[in-house]
Amino acid sequence: MIYLDNSATTKPYNEVMESFEKVSKAFYGNPSSIHQLGIEAERLLLKAKEQMAQLLGISEQEIIFTSGGTEGNNTAIKGIALKHQARGNHIITSSIEHPSVLEACKSLEKLGFTVTYLPVNQYGLVSVDALKAAINEKTILISIMHVNNELGTIQPIKEIGEIAKQFPKLYFHVDNVQGFGKIPLNLQNSGIDLCTFSGHKIHGVKGTGMLYIKKGTAIFPLFHGGEQEFNYRSGTENLAGIVAFVKASRIILAEYNENDGKLNNLNKRLRALLDSHSSIVINSPSSYHAPHIINFSIPGLKPEVVIHALGQKGIYISTKSACSSKTPDESAVLTACGLAKDVSESALRVSLSYHNTRDDIEIFYQTLCEVLDQLIKVMR
Amino acid sequence: MEPIYLDHAATTPIHPEVIKAMIPALEDVYGNPSSVHHFGRRARQFLDEARRIAAKSIGAQEKEIIFTSGGTEADNLALIGTAIANQHRGNHIITTTIEHHAILDAAKYLEKRGFRITYLPVNESGQVELSALEAALSEETILVSIMTVNNETGVIQPIKEIGAILNNHLAYFHTDAVQAYGLLPLSVNDLGVDLLSVSSHKINGPKGIGFLYVKDGVTIESIQHGGQQERKKRPGTENVVGIKGFAKAIELVMIEMQDRNKRYGNYKQLFLNTLDEQTVNYQINGVHTIASIANLSFPGTNVESLLTNFDLSGIAASSGSACTAGSVEPSHVLAEMYGSANETTINSIRFSFGAANNEQQIKMAAEKVAAIVARLTKDNDIR
Ligand SMILES: Cc1ncc(COP(=O)(O)O)c(C=O)c1O
Ligand SMILES: Cc1ncc(COP(=O)(O)O)c(C=O)c1O
Repeated sequence: MIYLDNSATTKPYNEVMESFEKVSKAFYGNPSSIHQLGIEAERLLLKAKEQMAQLLGISEQEIIFTSGGTEGNNTAIKGIALKHQARGNHIITSSIEHPSVLEACKSLEKLGFTVTYLPVNQYGLVSVDALKAAINEKTILISIMHVNNELGTIQPIKEIGEIAKQFPKLYFHVDNVQGFGKIPLNLQNSGIDLCTFSGHKIHGVKGTGMLYIKKGTAIFPLFHGGEQEFNYRSGTENLAGIVAFVKASRIILAEYNENDGKLNNLNKRLRALLDSHSSIVINSPSSYHAPHIINFSIPGLKPEVVIHALGQKGIYISTKSACSSKTPDESAVLTACGLAKDVSESALRVSLSYHNTRDDIEIFYQTLCEVLDQLIKVMR
Repeated sequence: MEPIYLDHAATTPIHPEVIKAMIPALEDVYGNPSSVHHFGRRARQFLDEARRIAAKSIGAQEKEIIFTSGGTEADNLALIGTAIANQHRGNHIITTTIEHHAILDAAKYLEKRGFRITYLPVNESGQVELSALEAALSEETILVSIMTVNNETGVIQPIKEIGAILNNHLAYFHTDAVQAYGLLPLSVNDLGVDLLSVSSHKINGPKGIGFLYVKDGVTIESIQHGGQQERKKRPGTENVVGIKGFAKAIELVMIEMQDRNKRYGNYKQLFLNTLDEQTVNYQINGVHTIASIANLSFPGTNVESLLTNFDLSGIAASSGSACTAGSVEPSHVLAEMYGSANETTINSIRFSFGAANNEQQIKMAAEKVAAIVARLTKDNDIR
């Protein structure tokens, strides 16, 4: 079995599972309760925040734990928009954001906000100049992802952050769900005001995540109620999930440090192999690119067919991210990059974790060749 | 010594079987249910099965269940989602003054967005009066939200009767069943409800998961946007582990409902009997309450010193109201029942019984409570 769909979701680390189980059993108190069991639970929650703050070089007051990337993105975008609408009603994002950003923006359009969806070039890159030109006196939010989930393209977050700093009245949100643990992103002094993380993409458990909210940044909450998480996110805390998330964060950052270059090497090898195949077109750019995501197309073949054929041989990859396009096969991201229809409708994505090996890559490619031989024969 | 946990209405210990059930979802079935390959499909099977179990538990259809991150999210989605989706039909919403803050604060938000909200009062027994509801209903009313069981007093509201009244009205009926679910049989058709919220961690399941029942045909707008999960009503990669654990907790609670009711009811009776034996001066707040909750007023004491002393002697109970920075605010629920000047609002404790308890503990806890109350009221006499 070779699992190469780590951008869809990952297998939790063993230590993460252990923590999850342990906390579930031993710390069942409600952190809002003022008796001993509640206090113990609250202490653990604070400790988790402290550790997370340390890992990211931020302060504990800048962390709210969420139920995942989708909630983080919705909270950031709607939270800023609804809180600061008196200041302006213009939002800038890109056309290749995750649906949780795009759809959140669309929902705001219905409330009277205007949204600029910046185009991208063929590699999926946003133009910093175009972004700067789009800013006007009504702009209150820029939301640009760090690493794209389909292509792996890395956006120029640092440069955008510098621009954002020049406009103190607007906020800058970054969806770092795919970049975390793979591509470093500095938060201090970065111009970034909000940043989204998701647990299940870093070997944590599903239904967990975090939103960084820079000190001094006020948002309107998505859920109202018990005033947990500084009143930005009401609801009894998923303590076991939170501890598991922090543990996963710690481990993946350590893995990043220990495996310097590993993903790059795997990526290079896989690119070289795919490049040598005459039926395959590689869509992921070779620079400004995260090594764990490789997107390619086999024009003329339905992606599902390839996935099923590989699946039967115990190899798991994916198409475009589920649910981001109207036509079933077409990738909205690749279309936005201006790629031809036969390419954008036949895209496949391999996504790696630090646990994949060179052998995984070789076997995957061999099997893919076999599968393609058969499928192409059938088609002729 | 392990504290005696009498705060099951705040949260419950997770059932060992629930943990066992979650392990495969962590270790093997870690796929994304949206993925089309083997791992995704297996995760999807877990989801489908859980949805079946959740639906069956309230006599609903599978497609009427939306998994959420808990009771708070379910309540927010029910209230805000229905209000926004139906504002073309009217802008009036009816709820009560004693709802959980997840409802009250969502309602306040809707007021800011131009909705008119009627907060129905309750009588001294803690119950909403049907005549008040009938009087408040108008053609503009699009939604009525009344909790099944109050989390502070345990008072059971006349949901079925309310459902019958609303049967002839266009307004949707939502009930927050977070405290009722698992102890009261809830059939959505019987009760006549259109939306119903449930939270897993109150029934010995994991935290961070819950569901909202939305009757087929009820229009509701999602408050989060993104992927197409949960029929687009609640996007985001599904919390498969939590959902799997939740499903197990539901299965267990459905099998054991009668048993649990009896056991927790016995605990409550034993607790009160023991207080009586010790001639403690107390009053029960609320009439017609659920088996697991006893909200008691101890004249001549105050919440803060009671809770501090309970905690020191190993009894975990609560005032039932939210606590800000360690200080305890007077209960908004008791204030509604008795008036805000009534001292009951500052001398009442919620004891809530459940799986962590046994009879010996209950008796011991009651004796300790008796001793503490005696000591605190004696101090008063001297002064
Ligand atoms: C870039 C990006 N943002 C947001 C999300 C949503 O995260 P979650 O699945 O935790 O809701 C995903 C994953 O699906 C993603 O790839
Ligand atoms: C009646 C009621 N509704 C809603 C909630 C909120 O549920 P959760 O803690 O899952 O967010 C609670 C519990 O705190 C409750 O008692």
